[in-house]
Formats: sequence, C-alpha cells, structure tokens
Amino acid sequence: MSRSMTGARMVIEALRDQGVDTVFGYPGGAVLPIYDEIFQQNDIKHILVRHEQGAVHMAEGYARATGKPGVVLVTSGPGATNAVTGLTDALMDSIPLVVISGQVPTFLIGTDGFQEADTVGITRPCTKHNWLVKDTDDLSRTIHRAFHVATSGRPGPVLIDIPKDVQFATGEYLDPRQVDQSSYQPARKGDPASITQLVELIEKAERPVFYTGGGVINSGPGASQLLRELVDGTGFPITSTLMGLGAYPASGAGWIGMLGMHGLYEANMTMHDCDLMIAVGARFDDRITGRVADFSPGSVKAQIDIDPSSINKVIHIDLPILGDVGHVLEDLLKIWKSRGRKTNGEAVRKWWAQIEQWKARDCLRYRNSDSVIKPQYALERLNAMTRDRKPYIATEVGQHQMWAAQFMQFDDPNHWLTSGGLGTMGYGLPASIGAQVAHPDALCINIAGDASWLMNMQEMGTAIQFRAPVKQFILNNERLGMVRQWQQLLHGERYSQSWSESLPDFVKLAEAFGCKGRVVSDPAELDDAIREMLDYDGPFILDVLIERHENCFPMIPSGKPHNEMLLGEDSTEGAITGKGGALV
Amino acid sequence: MAALNIQKGASKHSAYDLRDPNADIVESHTLAVLVDNEAGVLARVIGLFSGRGYNIDSLTVAEVDHHGHRSRINIVTRGTPAVIEQIKAQLGRIVPVHEVHDLTVEGPSVERELGLFKVRGQSDKRVEALRIAEIFRANVVDSTLESFVFEMTGTSEKLDAFAELMRPLGLCEVARTGIAALSRGC
Repeated sequence: MSRSMTGARMVIEALRDQGVDTVFGYPGGAVLPIYDEIFQQNDIKHILVRHEQGAVHMAEGYARATGKPGVVLVTSGPGATNAVTGLTDALMDSIPLVVISGQVPTFLIGTDGFQEADTVGITRPCTKHNWLVKDTDDLSRTIHRAFHVATSGRPGPVLIDIPKDVQFATGEYLDPRQVDQSSYQPARKGDPASITQLVELIEKAERPVFYTGGGVINSGPGASQLLRELVDGTGFPITSTLMGLGAYPASGAGWIGMLGMHGLYEANMTMHDCDLMIAVGARFDDRITGRVADFSPGSVKAQIDIDPSSINKVIHIDLPILGDVGHVLEDLLKIWKSRGRKTNGEAVRKWWAQIEQWKARDCLRYRNSDSVIKPQYALERLNAMTRDRKPYIATEVGQHQMWAAQFMQFDDPNHWLTSGGLGTMGYGLPASIGAQVAHPDALCINIAGDASWLMNMQEMGTAIQFRAPVKQFILNNERLGMVRQWQQLLHGERYSQSWSESLPDFVKLAEAFGCKGRVVSDPAELDDAIREMLDYDGPFILDVLIERHENCFPMIPSGKPHNEMLLGEDSTEGAITGKGGALV
Repeated sequence: MAALNIQKGASKHSAYDLRDPNADIVESHTLAVLVDNEAGVLARVIGLFSGRGYNIDSLTVAEVDHHGHRSRINIVTRGTPAVIEQIKAQLGRIVPVHEVHDLTVEGPSVERELGLFKVRGQSDKRVEALRIAEIFRANVVDSTLESFVFEMTGTSEKLDAFAELMRPLGLCEVARTGIAALSRGC
C-alpha cells in the first residue's frame, strides 16, 4: 500500500516507525512544517531546550542512559551550527544520534539566504554520515537509513538536512521494512580462529588484564553480562577507561579501578607490567596510553573492536579480533568453556598478590579536613548516600569529572554519562536532563564544576518546564580547576585566567529558575545538604564550596609512561618536562 | 630480535650506515576506492585525508558504473606502513565506501596517467620537440605556427621525464589527470 503525505508528516511517521518517543529540539523558520506536525500528534514527546547545543547533549544523555538513539530537531543556519559541538562529542564517544535540521528551500540553497548554512558541509567531519534530502520521495528512505547507520557497527551521530520546500511537498512514504539496508552491514561476528587463539593466550597467561571501554556499553547490556561472566570465570583483573565504567561492577572481585592519566595506581601498574592485555571495546586514547613508546612494553596485546580503524591506530596489536563485543565475548566464552575453563591459576594468584601490593599504596588517599570540604570527601559522601538508588551520574569536564570517576562506584552499564573523547564543558547539565527524561523516576545527578556548569546553565529552564528533577551537585572551587592544576605543574604557577570572578549566587539562581538551591561549606553539614537535595521534589542546585587548590591525583604527567605516576602534592615539582609540555 | 637502539649519527666509525632499525620507512601506495556516486562522497574522502593529516600525491575520480552509480577513486598516497593501514581502515568505514584496494600490495597492477603539454618555440627547438615527442610516442593534438600541444599516456615517471626534456624547448603549460590504476589479470 503506497501512502502519500507531505515531507513534514513523513518525518513524524518515520520517527514513530523507528520507535522514537522523545525528540529534543528548538523551532525556527526552516523547520516550521515539522513543528506543525508535532503540534498535531501525541505519540512523540518534544522537549523544548534553551539552546541547540543543550538539545544534542540531552539526546546524548538519553542515548547513553537507554541504549536507544537520541533524536534532535533544529532549524537551519544557527540551529545547525549550534549543534556542531554536540555532534563532535557524540562522534568521539560513539553515541548514536539522529539529528534532523531544517534547511532553506532548495531553490535558495547557495544564495546566502536568511539562516542558510552549508550544514552537510559543516557537519561532514563531525557526523558518521549525513544527507541533504532534495526530493520528498527520498525522505522516508533516508530517515530509516539514518537510524540504521547511527546504530549499526560503531555507533555515531548522523544528520539529515531537509529543505523547507521538501517538507511542504508531497511524496510516497516507505516504512522501514521497505528500505534495503544491505549496503551497510558491518560484520558482527569475530573470526573463530582468532578467538580460539585468544583462548589459548588466556589459558597460558601469567599476568593477564582485561582493559575495557565504551564499546562494551555500546554493545548492549548483554555484552556487560558476558564480560562479567568471563572476568569472574577466569579470575583475571579488569580495568576500564572513563567511557567503560559500569560495564563491570565496581563491587566485582576482579575490579582494579579506572586506568589512565587520572586512573588508579594499581590499574596503571597492572597495565604496564602485564603479559597479556585483552582490550575490549577500547581504543588506546592518549589519556590511556601515556608515552606510547613505553606503553605496556612486555605484553601480548589482543583487541576486540568493531571498528577496524581502532586497531593498530596508536598501539601495535598482536591479535586483532574484528567484531561486535557481545558476539565475540559470547564465542570466546563458549570456546574457553568447551576447552575446560583453563587458566594458569598459580601464576595468576601470584599476579594478584602483586596487584594487592600496588593497591596497598592507597592512591586515592587524601588529607581530609574539618574546616573545608574536600572534593574527594564530598563525592565519597554522595556515593555512599546514593549508591543503593542506582543513580544516573552525569558530569561536566575537568577535575570534578576525574574525581567523580575515581570516587563514584558504578555497578551497572548506562548509568555513567560523561564527555570522554571531546571533553566538552557544559555537557553534564543537559545530559542529566536527557537521562531524567528517559527515566522519570530515577535519581539523576550532574556532578559539575562551577565553570563548566555555567556553560549550559540555561537548560535549567528546560528541567523546570519538563519537571525533570535533576540534581546539580556543583563542586565549586571558584577556579577552572584542571587548568589551574596544569598551570601549577607546567607553567610556573602563573594562573592565567583560570579563576572564576563574579560567580553567580547559585542559590538565588536556583530560585530565579524556579527550583531550590543550597550552599554548603562546612563538612559537618554536607550530609544534611545532600539529603535535602535528594529529598527535594524537583530540580536542585547544591553549591558545594570546596578546597580551592586541591589537585587531582594520581596523575600520569603527559609524555610519561604508566609507571611514572604522581601520587600526591609532594611529587609535583617540575612534573611535566620536555616534549610532554606540548601535549594537552 | 632486539632493537639496536643506536641514535642516528651516533657513530662515524662504521663503514655501514647505522640506520635506526625502528625508523619508519615512508612508502607510496596506490589505492582504488569504490564508492556510491552520491553527493559529497569525494568531499568525504578528501576531508578524511586533510582532517587526519594524510598525504594525497594524486587523485582521480569518475563514475565507472553508470547503472549502479558507482565511482572509482584512485589515490596515490604516502606514509609509513602503519599509516597506510590506518588510511585504508579509515576509508573503509566511510558509509558510501564499498571497497578499498591497495594495488601496491595486492599483486601487480598497471598505472597510467594522461598529460597534455603545451610547448612554444620556433625553428630548431620546434623540430627537436617533435622529435622527442615521437620517441615518447606522444601525439600532437593541437598545432599552431608557434606551438604544439602534445598528448601522452604513460606512467607518471614517463610523463615527468617528458616534461623535463620539453622544458628547455619551450614547455609553457601542463595539464595532468593523475593516476588511473587497475590490477593485472583477473
């Protein structure tokens, strides 16, 4: 049965057929026909944001917290350019998004029309793929294809640019089953011979480690389950990147904490000294490897990844396995079990004894205070008071983000929303709203710094309007803390532009937006303040005034290998030298 | 074998060059990329090279299957073996890219380039230009009393050599297509 309808109606019809329940967007001239259709239906909820960047981060938060693609609707020109940061963020972190942008009518394209921008040109390097639809008959096919591309293989953001005349014109609608997706089908199953080789390595390894990343979470909850079974079955230690937190529970026996620049001492030392590294959905980012030439020098490296370009990009891989993490882990477990579930138990026990010695260094130790709130203490308390409610934790970017990764403990995938690859300040507030919209009854907290939070604070209006009771936990040091820390380590304590002058009164700001706020500076009052934040029925801003000059440790100074970590204040003198100073 | 780990120029005593065994060797590779001929596909490929800092020495593109809307992009690029592998992997994940072939490693291939050369000159130089063109099997495709336009097809090296010889004879303009390449046999 052929169905004829306008392009604008097709957009709604296609979103409905794709199972979309929520769209984050902002109207404008070039998307008015689509907004007219939104007005005339009730299946798809539209969340009106305050800035298009906020819409994209909300969709990212929604996608991370659900595993479903996030959908964004923006107008042409500035609407689309404001989405660019969010698109880049989603591309770096492999988050599936479908962004629909309006465009000036086809006959005006190229004339520098009002609110015209070369949207597909601008977004080409920051999307997985994008399309300019010039014919209404192509529209439904393109939208279905966009969802397929965004969610298949390594997920990522896609954009569909729809000129206004294409929205008004009438064409034939195809439903998803009528669209051939065969031309884009990334392989999911891994090569059985390679998987068997990995099993042989697992059986013999004396100092193994699992190094897991966001790919496990992107592969779905099943992949996390399989990972847990494999780690617990083998008894191997497991560390994770920032993006992979929650795939294996922090309470699990194999967990040795996050690795990388601000990762745990025991995790980085384990990586450095291991003899078998099994990378699962992780891409050897420079924040993970430190100095590449000295990265885990004595290990055989196996990598499971769905993206061939992630293999051998920065680190040579001895055993690459191309495929979806879930599928490969399933086969891996099957083969390992069928061969008798063997490991080199004696050697692995010795390896654990070594790891326990590293753990004994207690690298997250900090000097607590009775008079001023230490950020680490604030997060320990927040973690202790919320962990049983399985909160969704978003962060902004900077010191607070690293402290959150160190001190918050995640037992489930999809509960940790942070900008890992791009490091986008202003990500957390909208991401927490996106997670809250997806899970209205869940506890959603944004752990923020004062400077990051201000970058997208307009979205508090969105939280109020849509009754998203997001908790804003601001670790306020009146500084750009991470910038300040680097200036101390690298730039002779010349603190150029890294303090926050004229900060707003966050309590009054909360009231101005129509919610509640509280400021706390006394460690003795912290628990009470957190309790008030959690008990309040609505959005809440908790302004936690913390120690201003606390540095984030441990730290691998850039340009240094894993086994040269800084563990505390006394080791910071001249920490970054030579070529390391040129790295970010 | 363990790396020698001797710094360049660290010794003057050996008769042999003490090359760093870990030094990366830059290779030239010819890639054939089969793509859907859709809007922006060339921009995607070129943007990948500029965005990630890869080199393009030569680039040709044309639709080769009108019915299936497939285009073939021939790229000559340079890089260390690891970079070449990365380029191929990055090309392969562009959504409208169907196949990436490295003709340099996939067995013997033929590479051809077409060039047009405008040579201005009189008397002796004019005769000499024609004589050399004959040796190179170049065709005259335009002729005036003061100039010729030669057309020549061959390897890039052959075109380079021809241009070099024509320069003192009045070479004033060159247009080259870049390399088209196919693997030998089937």
